[in-house]
Amino acid sequence: MARFCLRHLLALVITLGVVSFLVFAVNEFSPGDVARKILGAYATDEQVTLLTRQMGLDRPLLVRYVEYLRKLAAGDLGFSTRFKVPVGQIIWARLENTLILAALAFALIVPVSMLLGILAGMREGSWLDRAILVFSTVVASVPEFAMGVFLASIFVVWLGWLPGTATLAGGGGWSTAAQFVLPVAVVVLYDAGYVVSMIRASMVEVMQRPYIRTAVLKGMGFRRVVLAHALRNAMINPVTVICLQISYLVSGVVVVETVFAYPGFGRMMLEAALFKDIALIEVGALVAVGVAIGTQILGDLAYMLLDPRIRT
Amino acid sequence: MTDREPLLAFEHVRISYFTRAGELTVVPDLSFQLGAGEALGLVGESGCGKSTVALSIVRYLGRAGRVVAGRIRFEGRDLAALSDAELRRVRGRRIAMVYQDPVASLNPVLTVGRQLMEVPMLHDGLGPAAARARAVRMLAEVNLADPERVLERYPHQLSGGQQQRIVIAMALIAEPALLILDEPTTGLDVTVEAAVLDLVRALRRRHNSAILYISHNLGTVARVCDRVGVMYGGELVEEAPVRQLFTDPRHPYTRGLLDCLPALGRDRHRAPLAPIPGQVPAPGVRPRGCGFAPRCGHVDPPRCLGGPVALLEIAAAPLHRARCVRAGELPRWTPDRDGTAPTGASASRGEAILRLEGLRKEYRPGGGWLGWRRGAVRALNGVDLAVARGTTLAIVGESGCGKSTLARILSGLEIATGGRVRLGELEVGMLPIDRRPRPLRRTLQMVFQNPDSTLNPSHTAGYAITRALRRLRGLPREESRREMARLLEIVQLPPELAARKPHQLSGGQKQRVAIARALAGDPEVVVADEPVSALDVSVQAAIVNLLGELQAGRGTTLVFISHDLAVVRYLADQVAVMYLGTVAEAGPVDAVFAPPSHPYTEALLSAVPVTDPDDRRPRILLEGTLPSATALPRGCPFASRCPRYLGALCDETPPPEQRLDGGHRIACHIPAAELRRLQASGVPPARAGATAGPPPTSARA
Amino acid sequence: MTPPTLEAAARPVRLARPAARPARLRAWARALGRVTESAPASIGAAIVLAWVLAACLAPALSPYAPNANDFAAVASPTPSRAHWLGTDHLGRDILARILWGARTVLTVAPLAVLGATALGALLGLTAGYYRGWIDLVVSRAGDIILTFPVIILYMIVLATFGSSAGNIIAVLTVTKAPIIARIVRGLTLELRGREYVLAAKMRGESPLYVMLVEILPNARGPLLVDMCLRMGYTIVLIGVLGFLGIGLPPPDPDWGGMVKDTYGMMSVWPHMSLFPCAAISSLVIGFNLLAVGLRELALRD
Repeated sequence: MARFCLRHLLALVITLGVVSFLVFAVNEFSPGDVARKILGAYATDEQVTLLTRQMGLDRPLLVRYVEYLRKLAAGDLGFSTRFKVPVGQIIWARLENTLILAALAFALIVPVSMLLGILAGMREGSWLDRAILVFSTVVASVPEFAMGVFLASIFVVWLGWLPGTATLAGGGGWSTAAQFVLPVAVVVLYDAGYVVSMIRASMVEVMQRPYIRTAVLKGMGFRRVVLAHALRNAMINPVTVICLQISYLVSGVVVVETVFAYPGFGRMMLEAALFKDIALIEVGALVAVGVAIGTQILGDLAYMLLDPRIRT
Repeated sequence: MTDREPLLAFEHVRISYFTRAGELTVVPDLSFQLGAGEALGLVGESGCGKSTVALSIVRYLGRAGRVVAGRIRFEGRDLAALSDAELRRVRGRRIAMVYQDPVASLNPVLTVGRQLMEVPMLHDGLGPAAARARAVRMLAEVNLADPERVLERYPHQLSGGQQQRIVIAMALIAEPALLILDEPTTGLDVTVEAAVLDLVRALRRRHNSAILYISHNLGTVARVCDRVGVMYGGELVEEAPVRQLFTDPRHPYTRGLLDCLPALGRDRHRAPLAPIPGQVPAPGVRPRGCGFAPRCGHVDPPRCLGGPVALLEIAAAPLHRARCVRAGELPRWTPDRDGTAPTGASASRGEAILRLEGLRKEYRPGGGWLGWRRGAVRALNGVDLAVARGTTLAIVGESGCGKSTLARILSGLEIATGGRVRLGELEVGMLPIDRRPRPLRRTLQMVFQNPDSTLNPSHTAGYAITRALRRLRGLPREESRREMARLLEIVQLPPELAARKPHQLSGGQKQRVAIARALAGDPEVVVADEPVSALDVSVQAAIVNLLGELQAGRGTTLVFISHDLAVVRYLADQVAVMYLGTVAEAGPVDAVFAPPSHPYTEALLSAVPVTDPDDRRPRILLEGTLPSATALPRGCPFASRCPRYLGALCDETPPPEQRLDGGHRIACHIPAAELRRLQASGVPPARAGATAGPPPTSARA
Repeated sequence: MTPPTLEAAARPVRLARPAARPARLRAWARALGRVTESAPASIGAAIVLAWVLAACLAPALSPYAPNANDFAAVASPTPSRAHWLGTDHLGRDILARILWGARTVLTVAPLAVLGATALGALLGLTAGYYRGWIDLVVSRAGDIILTFPVIILYMIVLATFGSSAGNIIAVLTVTKAPIIARIVRGLTLELRGREYVLAAKMRGESPLYVMLVEILPNARGPLLVDMCLRMGYTIVLIGVLGFLGIGLPPPDPDWGGMVKDTYGMMSVWPHMSLFPCAAISSLVIGFNLLAVGLRELALRD
């Protein structure tokens, strides 16, 4: 157990280090560009050179990187040129919004995909299986923005039951809950489609194993065989995938956030990238990667818990 | 046969599989009966339908399989007519099954106890405490030490033998009337197999279960069953009490099977292996007359090929039935035959082409990012061997003895950690294969175990051989193609096979191509790692004979690794018995297989199942635990399980190597003369506290 | 114990010369014919084929040039006889833009997938074959790239280096390669212990030969299925990049970009965004169904 934690902590630190350096390097490689990005496109060359020297941007990259790390450790996350506030002020708020969306989606994705995946996989080739397979394939094939457009055209434009945006801003007469429905629906449909196919594949494979035959020939009923013998084995592989979905839900939902104008983390990163807001990009990347690795660790832990062959 | 209603009756059963290609009739017309408490064996090679028969009884043929005609009656009731609920009550409670691959048959995420307790809780309605008590009792019955602790274990934490005992316990815990065993000892070591077979016999007597025992191994069937049925191409071709079948087989296929089995005690000069020509028919492909006619040596075309042949009783022996029109006319079968057995220059003690001195190999299990080393696994612990040019050395042992590691070091796929390996003049122990010069690579080649993975599935058979020719002999394309045809001829394959891919070839054909490939470079030494273990019995004989002929004809030195003592006895000139990385005994094959023997060799020999119903060998069961491979004992590695254990001497001091006549050596503290005396007396050894069974009585006729 | 196949037993032995041309072609035809055995595969293949044809024949099929503005239609851009799918807010015919957009997508996506497969296969083979520190470096580097949430990575890279078809292909290649490398690595690890690989080593074959001739051909099946899936994901990704505004630069028709420009007007003119959404969805559904069908066929053998 200790080795597990140690190994993963090491991986976390190393990956964060490498990523932060890479992002830093990509953004701040040429000192002139940095100053230009800060000053904007209309700065003159003299202003750029002046700022460069002022900020000490003409020092070697590694030196600047180390100083950046030191500032981070002290809690100074930098200043966002896009939003005109300290990074700390915008990033956590946006992250929180996305986490709410993620939590809602996750709470729906896990039970729904487990149910469908198991129902499909336990009787491979049955009409239920085929139906679920086709449905999940189709749903996972429609890009989120397309799904957003389709749902919006039905529920917003045609039926008028739901709001077309989810700015959480309050005004407009729609409750917060109503604003969440469509974004969550799009995310759930897209992601669940993928997870269902994974769980189904795993279930199909498990049902063909000899120990299922042993259970059936012991005289157990089908439902009991599935629940007591097949289920846990079938979830071993998908559980890591499910944990990885959390990372997608945090950083990958930028499309949904854009379609519905949801003030989330992904949209923030997109604007930062387009605006070349260096400080925000750097910290945002670190947060995103941190979440990704955290979910990986979670996935590995869950895998260990489910499969005694790893534990002992 | 009693007048009572038989427990299980097959009445003209026809089983088919429905595939994309249409209906495939695997079993056209099967009829037999099994009475309560009887043990019936079903033997046959792959594709004969015996597993299908077993699964049809429990109605588990899958979606594609169906009993198309006939009836299977169990306890008087037609199994096909049972409702699902009734079927569930029968499965596990009245009919239980033991499977081939125990580790795959157990759920890896549930404890053993949980899986055992399910059965009585389900069928007898017991509560957890009562079920647990019964589980503990059952584990004790199958001779598992410390049952309480075993209940908490997971399947992967147990050994193969232990896992199979658990599966048997799971089957018997509900006291079924019928126990079906489908190849239960395939894949288990010989000594473990012997213990499991004895267990099945004892349990059957105690619980009075009827047994349907399915296997391809005639010897195991002889040990467990009262009656035997031989299946070929989905049909029952012969059925008789065990003793009669093995002393007086009437159907040519049965006779052929017995002819191609190397027998442990029989002299290979008097009983050479006679393989059955041709190959096992594909399921569903059936000629008009007798199914065996294409391969039969006694075929009489007008009678045999005219129409279907019925299963008739032999006039003089009413319990003995055979599906052959000539059954009564054929001369009586004897184990002795004319013919020459393949032998090399066995007596000549020529110069040693291969010498191993103090060979050691250790593995360090790494792991994880930081690779902590937690103790080395010592696969080979000081091995000394010499192989004379032109002879066959066999290396036998059970799993974990290091024989495969030895093969890999010889071939350069691994390097030694210590000691010397001398091939001719060269020291090759530390030379991995990619650093060996071409002449050296030509000198030593290898034949592998598994015919399914020995050839690249994406390449044709011809390419495999021509590539070897081009790499090892540098032949240009045209010449290599001619040479390839020549090699195919040597291994007795038609030249048209060169264009086929491996999935279009049979197991025996694939192995022949692998042998041709190994011979491409004209090697002086061929290392064969279990080359016939994965083949059908009738094909094994052909490949064994081929190896012998090649060795005799070309003067190749053959290092033959096997766990099958009978094949070793047949083919080898010299044999080395390995145990946990050391050589327990080595020498000429006749000397090793006769007293004085190392106690481990003695146990191995007594464990091999033979088809001789008069088998009177004392049964030696190995009790005790295998020492962990990372912590080998200081003294004799066999000390913890040796039936002739002396005491602390065996634990502390490594046994001396006693040299006897003719290059025979035994590593044991007991002097050879003493061993000879003890082993000739016929009294089975008994370790303090262990139970050794008395010699088995012959099966009831 | 391998029972001999039906073919081996029942078919009369005939003389066949190695590498006979007609035999190979027949094998291909047989393989293609198998696709029709699976319903998902056939449907998927049909959809994909339809789109490929549409893309190839776009210059001939398209009624207008994709960037031509028909200002007369701006007032009533809904579908009409002149414009079967209507026009967008700048009067550009949507059908034309969809057809031409198909060309872009069906050029960029396959190139990216091929690039990623080639790079990933090479990396996976080396990592799985040599193990040791090469494996460590490749796997860890791959892990790092994979943990990076894909969209964020795209945003950073494309925002810094600008977006063009070449850049997009390069970025897609580099980010997809690790997944394929992982798959190929797993397969290589499994296959390197096979006896035919050992036999090759005993012949003294070079590592390159072993990797490319002995191991790689046997990884064909899973790689093929993966490539189809990869195509689907890649097309979605191209669409997403376009939608977020970091895809191909305007005014070239890019399905994602088309949606981006028009979804704001959904309440008035839904057709402008609906049609490109339908286009991209159908193409991806086609590829994914094909992948599902292929996997089914592979399992059935």
